[in-house]
Amino acid sequence: MYKILKKEVLAPEITRFKVAAPEIAASAEPGHFIIVRVDEKAERIPLTIADYDKKEGTITIIVQAVGFSSRQICNLETGDSFLDLVGPLGKHISTEGYKKVICVAGGLGAAPLYPKAKSLAENGAEIITILGARTGELLILEEEFSALSKELYITTDDGSRGRKGFVTDALRDLLEEDSDIDLVIAIGPMVMMKFVSELTKPYGVKTMVSLNSLMVDGTGMCGGCRVTVGGETKFACVDGPAFDGHLVDFDEQLRRQRFYARYEEEAKVHGHAGGEYQCHLQQ
Amino acid sequence: MPSATIRTKMPEQDPKERIHNFNEVALGYSKEDALKEAERCLRCKKPACVKGCPVGVDIRDFIALVAEGKFVEAARKIKEKNNLPAVCGRVCPQEEQCEAKCILGIKQEPVAIGRLERFVADYARNMEETKRVVTGDKGKVAVVGSGPAGLTVAADLAKKGYQVTIFEAFHKPGGVLTYGIPEFRLPKEIVQDEVDKIKRLGVEIKLNHVIGKIKGIDQLFAEGYDAVFVGTGAGLPRFLGIEGENLNGVYSANEFLTRVNLMKAYKFPEFKTPVYVGKKVAVVGAGNVAMDAARTALRLGAEESIIVYRRGREEMPAREEEIEHAREEGVVFKLLNNPVRIIGNDEGFVTGMECIKMELGEPDDSGRRRPISVEGSEWRLDVDTVIIAIGQSPNPILLNDTPDIETSKWGTIVAEDQTGRTSKEGVFAGGDVVTGAATVIEAMGAGKRAAQAIDEYIQKKVM
Ligand SMILES: Cc1cc2nc3c(=O)[nH]c(=O)nc-3n(C[C@H](O)[C@H](O)[C@H](O)COP(=O)(O)OP(=O)(O)OC[C@H]3O[C@@H](n4cnc5c(N)ncnc54)[C@H](O)[C@@H]3O)c2cc1C
Ligand code: FES
Repeated sequence: MYKILKKEVLAPEITRFKVAAPEIAASAEPGHFIIVRVDEKAERIPLTIADYDKKEGTITIIVQAVGFSSRQICNLETGDSFLDLVGPLGKHISTEGYKKVICVAGGLGAAPLYPKAKSLAENGAEIITILGARTGELLILEEEFSALSKELYITTDDGSRGRKGFVTDALRDLLEEDSDIDLVIAIGPMVMMKFVSELTKPYGVKTMVSLNSLMVDGTGMCGGCRVTVGGETKFACVDGPAFDGHLVDFDEQLRRQRFYARYEEEAKVHGHAGGEYQCHLQQ
Repeated sequence: MPSATIRTKMPEQDPKERIHNFNEVALGYSKEDALKEAERCLRCKKPACVKGCPVGVDIRDFIALVAEGKFVEAARKIKEKNNLPAVCGRVCPQEEQCEAKCILGIKQEPVAIGRLERFVADYARNMEETKRVVTGDKGKVAVVGSGPAGLTVAADLAKKGYQVTIFEAFHKPGGVLTYGIPEFRLPKEIVQDEVDKIKRLGVEIKLNHVIGKIKGIDQLFAEGYDAVFVGTGAGLPRFLGIEGENLNGVYSANEFLTRVNLMKAYKFPEFKTPVYVGKKVAVVGAGNVAMDAARTALRLGAEESIIVYRRGREEMPAREEEIEHAREEGVVFKLLNNPVRIIGNDEGFVTGMECIKMELGEPDDSGRRRPISVEGSEWRLDVDTVIIAIGQSPNPILLNDTPDIETSKWGTIVAEDQTGRTSKEGVFAGGDVVTGAATVIEAMGAGKRAAQAIDEYIQKKVM
């Protein structure tokens, strides 16, 4: 059992948990994720490790309540435990050797982005951050990002905070102004990552995205997380979840994410949301 | 005493009924059935059947005990050699092993050894408490993977006096027995029961531990383990590499079966993991895994379940019994056909599969006749779900993290057959990770041999 040491509500429906998992924390690196199960009947839900503290033996996860399963997680309290928690999974990303990086987060995407940004900053990169959300109250980790960024831009779809518009609007301006960006990392909804990758391509700036594909085992045993990258089939859980955004077939990913949409509807009618976990990761 | 020339039949659920439930298909012998069948055994002086058993169960002697009505003693006799009799009685290919060697089989039907094994294991299941063994002090062994290979090594070493810890990636132990083989062939309660017995021997099972991620093999040695056994199976699904394979509605058999068996998607929405199955399902491949997937699809409500296989009837690798069960349930076989591409609609869902007809040519390396496509014979099969069941390779997570374990070009671990010894000091391996996808009993046999070798290895080191 993996005990929740601290629970905080970051925004409406967005909750941060600090969980005791010393062995996982000891091996965790930026880019890693875990899979949790709340109880005997629950799905296996992948969640990015949003932060970790090796000394304390803890990991942090951030969850948005969108379907049954994510809501079930968000309803847990300090002192409760996860039945199962496995990790660290996925390929860690290399954060060394970059000078100037733009971090682009859409909604909950700020959570998986944070450990990468932090590690890039620790390794000497100058960080420029763009945080975007539908509306101001859904912005998360603003303080954390502001502490490690040289510049921080905010965009909201409704203009309630920062610039009215999309993260791509702010990104375009930055790319126009600045020619020595050596990396853009974009994490958020699949469409956002698609548009960011399309935007950066003509500028020739390396772009990393992190996919929230459907998963079951998270260890390369089922292939449910298949993604086409540069014309080749990869498994997001072991080959990713971070990939070169210029090579990912986003349209295929968008279609695959809708695979179980109708089950979520059916499940809601039954009073249990079937819940697809992809949505909880980065919306 | 005159005995029947044909074996005692196994009662089964009616095919019309069973395709609507996940209950076990074969219902098992009654006491009378078992006594009758045991009477057929000739009690050979040199029993050939035993030579056909990869773990060397004393078949003649256990059947003699059954004939005397000593069922619990018979179960104990099997357990001297086989830690998972209730499982093996259900899923072993006896027709190729012990029963193939039975002398009776020359003129009549061989003794139904598997059915008797299953009967006594089930009979004794709740009768005998495995004695709780105090954990031994002969040494510490780590076992990676809790499939039949890992469970066997662990049980044997615990009985020999070792302190054994199993590390399992999933949230439930059992390997393929738990996530792959369906409930209607192998009830999960039975697997759990066998695992519980092994735990009572003092074996500790750490679930949710992916070795190679949370920690590596070298760290296990650093934590004081004297030897490590790798029994991580063959979990990496193969795909066809054809157009349309990433459409919605295309599954690997592993994903499909894991959703249903491990995550209990057949009880959705009570259990929260969904599984999509359309009206018409094509399963590509013809092994046990393919049969399991095709039969599972029917139970989930598919109106048609079709096996598409590029070779012929003779070449199908599944057990005869599984093919027969599938046929009885209405699974359709489109043999000598190979998928060319999968077709989808604008939303990315499968609507069909293009196949090409095949003929058999000269035998290939595997000894089976090589399938050759018939030019211009492409045709379209309308389906909305495609399940790919063309085989699995070892999962590379652990091996990528441990480059000093030598592997073959197929990604399997190179290990000595008699001992399971690998190229890395103190590391042994066995089961599907060494042989590629094979059988439960072969994995157990490899586990038995490795347990013996690990014992010798540690004792030598101590001296
Ligand atoms: C659907 C299906 C039906 C089958 N039907 C039959 C049948 O009727 N009869 C028969 O004899 N055989 C059958 N087989 C084959 C048989 O199940 C296998 O040969 C056997 O289970 C192999 O045992 P194993 O112990 O080597 O591996 P597995 O049973 O595969 O167990 C390996 C275990 O290791 C775990 N693992 C993997 N990597 C790691 C890691 N890095 N760290 C920790 N744990 C890890 C896995 O999660 C798994 O639990 C079937 C297989 C399938 C898939
Ligand atoms: S989640 Fe199963 S292979 Fe990636």
